[in-house]
Amino acid sequence: MDPKQKALEEQFQARIDADEKIEPKDWMPDAYRKTLIRQISQHAHSEVVGMLPEGNWVTRAPSLRRKVALLAKIQDEAGHGLYLYSAAETLGVSREELLEELHTGKAKYSSIFNYPSLSWADMGAIGWLVDGAAIMNQVMLTRTSYGPYARAMVRICKEESFHQRQGYEILLTLCRGAEAQKQMAQDALNRWWWPALMMFGPSDKDSTHTQQSMRWRIKRKTNDELRQQFIDATVPQADFLGLTVPDPALKWNEERSHYDFGEIDWDEFWNVVKGNGPCNRQRLQARVEAHEEGAWVREAAMAYAEKRRRRQEERKVEVA
Amino acid sequence: MTNKKDWPLWEVFIRSKNGLSHKHVGSLHAADAEMAIENARDVYTRRSEGVSIWVVESRYITASSPDQAESLFDPADDKVYRHPTFYNLPDEVKHI
Repeated sequence: MDPKQKALEEQFQARIDADEKIEPKDWMPDAYRKTLIRQISQHAHSEVVGMLPEGNWVTRAPSLRRKVALLAKIQDEAGHGLYLYSAAETLGVSREELLEELHTGKAKYSSIFNYPSLSWADMGAIGWLVDGAAIMNQVMLTRTSYGPYARAMVRICKEESFHQRQGYEILLTLCRGAEAQKQMAQDALNRWWWPALMMFGPSDKDSTHTQQSMRWRIKRKTNDELRQQFIDATVPQADFLGLTVPDPALKWNEERSHYDFGEIDWDEFWNVVKGNGPCNRQRLQARVEAHEEGAWVREAAMAYAEKRRRRQEERKVEVA
Repeated sequence: MTNKKDWPLWEVFIRSKNGLSHKHVGSLHAADAEMAIENARDVYTRRSEGVSIWVVESRYITASSPDQAESLFDPADDKVYRHPTFYNLPDEVKHI
């Protein structure tokens, strides 16, 4: 590495170590920029694709109260996607490029959204577990080293806690209902528990990005730390519902003051990441179709804006 | 990468309540100013976060460069006499 580059990188790391935030126009190593673009855009794609499993239940929500809440939640996810795309754009990548990467399958999104939402109870489980896991990760990211990303996270975290509460309330209602309703809730927990744990990513020993991301303070906690934190917070909530977490190895460990838990099926994890989950193709196809079928709207809006601009100019000329 | 079909980028500023100044909250894409205001309403004020919105197309913003931060801001660093604590007054003197 040439000495000038090395000096710049040392200065950069010193700023990170002093807990300074990095802002868009500041010098940053290429790899830091690339890592952020990858992570923020994956995060944005996850918000956007995350609307699909829930969209499945809007028309079948059991009451108007549930329906407006679900709609508001889905609208929030769209908003969160937009905050994150614009945070990624501050790093010099365009919205078109980001969408292109999603649509061609080059960019990833959270694998959790490749699982199907089969019953109304899944809306409860998604809010409680999926948003719950996302919150663990996002609370940490409010202190990430890149300013625009951290600020987007603050907004998102403020909005996200309603998502988790509405999910838990759905399950609470089902669990206090008829036996069949409680069974529905248990079934949803059975299907969503392990995929929710997988949301934190591979185990630390297998995570290629964790170490460098920790050094740059993009991440402040490792995948395994966050996963443990999530389990510790969530198991008592399952107990309160009277549901059984589908893990025979789950047990409070007095000595560690944490829950011990069973081994995650990493083959399933990698299989879904590689595109072979139950809904990967369906989700991507839905996104591509939405983008292509919306093209005429985007073009018409630009043409209309252009026409209005021209008319205004003509009027100015007439007055002069 | 931007071609004519892409909506331009806008910066959004929100006044959260009267008495406070507008504050930058983020950015978004829109075809024109009117749509930028409407989108900003939907993206940044879903929970009554604002009473007034400013939008400006991002390309019209000129920003100082971080490389020049030193020469821009250094001159203020050695002027402690601009701060009230620079002036020594006895404790007996009140309300000053």
